[in-house]
Amino acid sequence: MLKFALAGNPNSGKTTLFNALTGSTAHVGNWPGVTVDKKEGVYKKLGSPVAVVDLPGIYSLSPYTPEEVIARNFILDEKPDCVINIVDATNLERNLYLTTQIMEIDVPVVIALNMIDVIEKSGDKIDAETLEKRIGVPVAEISALKDEGIKELMERAYGAAQKKREGTTVLANSALAHVINDVKIALKGKNVENPLFHAVKLAEGDELEVGAHPDEMQMVAEFKKQFSDDVFEGDFEAMVADARYKYISANFSQTVTRSQKKEGLTKSDKADRVLTHRIWGIPVFIVILFAIFHLTFGEDLLYLNAIFGFAKDISTGNEVLDAFAAVFYSSAGISTPGAILFNLMGFITDQLGGLIATGLESAGAAVWAQGLINDGIWGGVAGVLSFVPQILVLFLFISILEDSGYMARVAFILDRAFRKFGLSGRAFIPMIMGFGCSVPAAVNTRTLADEKERVMTNRVIPFFTCGAKAPILAAVCGGIVAHYTNIPISADLLVFFLYLFGMVMAVLMVMFMRQTSMRGEVAPFIMELPAYHAPQLRNLMAHLWDKLKHYIKKAFTIILASSVVIWFLSNFNWEWECLTVAEGEVSRMSESILHDIGTFFMWICTPMGFGLQLGRYGWVFVVAAVTGLIAKENVISTFYVLAGAIGVGVLGVAGEDGESGIGVIAAFLASEDVGITWQGLIAFCVFNMLTVPCFAAAATVRAELPKGKFRRTVAFWLLTSYLTATALYLMFTWWWTAFVVAALVALAVVYFVLRNKGMINFGRKKKAKSE
Amino acid sequence: MEKHLNEFAVGEKGVVKRIEGEGKIRRRLFDMGVTPGADILLRKLAPLGDPLEVNLRGYELSLRKSEASCVVMEVKNA
Repeated sequence: MLKFALAGNPNSGKTTLFNALTGSTAHVGNWPGVTVDKKEGVYKKLGSPVAVVDLPGIYSLSPYTPEEVIARNFILDEKPDCVINIVDATNLERNLYLTTQIMEIDVPVVIALNMIDVIEKSGDKIDAETLEKRIGVPVAEISALKDEGIKELMERAYGAAQKKREGTTVLANSALAHVINDVKIALKGKNVENPLFHAVKLAEGDELEVGAHPDEMQMVAEFKKQFSDDVFEGDFEAMVADARYKYISANFSQTVTRSQKKEGLTKSDKADRVLTHRIWGIPVFIVILFAIFHLTFGEDLLYLNAIFGFAKDISTGNEVLDAFAAVFYSSAGISTPGAILFNLMGFITDQLGGLIATGLESAGAAVWAQGLINDGIWGGVAGVLSFVPQILVLFLFISILEDSGYMARVAFILDRAFRKFGLSGRAFIPMIMGFGCSVPAAVNTRTLADEKERVMTNRVIPFFTCGAKAPILAAVCGGIVAHYTNIPISADLLVFFLYLFGMVMAVLMVMFMRQTSMRGEVAPFIMELPAYHAPQLRNLMAHLWDKLKHYIKKAFTIILASSVVIWFLSNFNWEWECLTVAEGEVSRMSESILHDIGTFFMWICTPMGFGLQLGRYGWVFVVAAVTGLIAKENVISTFYVLAGAIGVGVLGVAGEDGESGIGVIAAFLASEDVGITWQGLIAFCVFNMLTVPCFAAAATVRAELPKGKFRRTVAFWLLTSYLTATALYLMFTWWWTAFVVAALVALAVVYFVLRNKGMINFGRKKKAKSE
Repeated sequence: MEKHLNEFAVGEKGVVKRIEGEGKIRRRLFDMGVTPGADILLRKLAPLGDPLEVNLRGYELSLRKSEASCVVMEVKNA
């Protein structure tokens, strides 16, 4: 099967062309060793099927970004039968810059001149024939968006693939032509493949080439010694880039005739007058962001119910019907699209779960088998599926922003604020998505170009309290306020402070990492602001489907397995006796292996205030934290399960509806057998906020991190949450410890500042505590 | 008159004379078309005053002031 590679600038319509070519045959993987998407598919409309590989979008074949290195190595090593170079006709000069580099490789090249429809519409003209004649490879005019000219393009590519092609360069008349030619001949003499390409790269002093061809590099160095030039002062890399652009503007730029009516603002410019406005840019962004979150997670569409107060629960007498109606409309108001899908998924999994449960019961399955299937397997699957709708809706909105070109503006607007603590403006999007769910947030970090930035962002995403952790905050704060009736703070305010605390921790930890393990400059921010265009349904759907597949695959492997393991630990004792009880009976989890594990680890939790100092039922907190690993919703539901087992009555507390957790927490505070203090509860809450996220999120983060970084990331989560919770517990319990903690933090700060300035050096033997 | 790109006022135009700085940033500027002879118009500043948005070679490019300070320009009076 012939193999074609698709190369071109970002925003040149490459993805659209790829989707048009390959349709449903496309699949996404990773390039080995890096988190850059590798897309492959098959084009079937020629005589024989052709494999199509979509190379990452790049501006150049320089050795500085992983995308560029991937594209370059693919063309050099995998030897595609033809490279289809997609060129945005509306931005010819910069696009052809990459073309001039690709053409230096000994590979057949065909140029796909894209966005011809836009050119025609604006009244411009492009002389493709002259362009083809001057550039020396076939040029096919296409519109990937409108599916025009694609068949012709593929036929020409097929034709080109039948013949060998030798690399050509636009540098033939430049001052460097001589040395490039000499080096090329020398390389050819050694039977090096693609001698011209390597010769040019050597002249540029390309890092990847210099080591590979030391002898020829010597020739370049010799030449450099005799060379004198005022403008570039012997900087060959600059000379090469300059010569390419000069050649392009001299030979190709006139092939475009601009229409007379120009000079006015394009639609894109008009949009930018508002969207990146000095004053309105940021408020508009906040409104857009808020609207997205509202439509994804809101339960009261446009706050109509909050304003008019009309909503009430529907009750028809039929339970199933009521539950179905509540999907769309409840006492909270009319559901938003995201909430409808979320409720619908909940409804379906509830009904299915009910069917499975009754089916098992009537089939007379053993109690343990019922428990395993209902809670261990189905519980795990349903827990994961419940996230899917909102992840998809959130992704849809973010993809629209991404596809339309707005996301580049977000980075533009926010870069200044984020650079202060060591990230670029782009990192804001995954972080803010973390408030919804860490899973899509982690996947979104893929758009961060700098590896260090990606690692740091992934590590702090869980600190942005996600939708599933919110109930823990609400329960703990609500419970504390319910128990200590005389404290002068409302539960909502307390929750808000905890949210804020998570964000502050994220900022502090990024700054901390910048000073220690992730030292280095903020990545450069030299970025195209592409013209806005309407997002395309086909691209969006392809995008969503990729993400969904990824997530579902994980759900049915690692997440399901861990769910079953934890179910097993909480339902069996060391004698392999099953502790599962029928519904309505008192839970026997207090005899389980998980209980023993929890008890065993209590000493570790002592500094955080929920360890050995607690009463005989103090282990519930450790156990709840462990079950929280499956899904953070489990933390509160574990409390409910265990409250029965340890005989703590859930009080009739305001706000207690059987799920909120407020009553349980208040009961725990009141019970001497539990013995938890409010300080311990806050520490418990903070620990859960900052520690290892749920399995789904952890697995996603793992996939987005470079190899070998995941173990350290888990250690980072554990250490950060442990130390922070400990510090908070100590400070809240004994106020004077604040001085000790402050002194330790100050000491650590001074240590790192001095070390980074090179004033002290204890070697690398000890890492100071983080806070 | 010679000026660095970061010292430009909004709406000011000029031609690139040379690029200072080194390595990655320098190469990245070249790759994006910021080469001697290119016409650049400073389009606007971001809401927080940095980065800049410039127009060159028919497209919009955004870069930080620190990176723009590597670009030496010859001011063109429109």
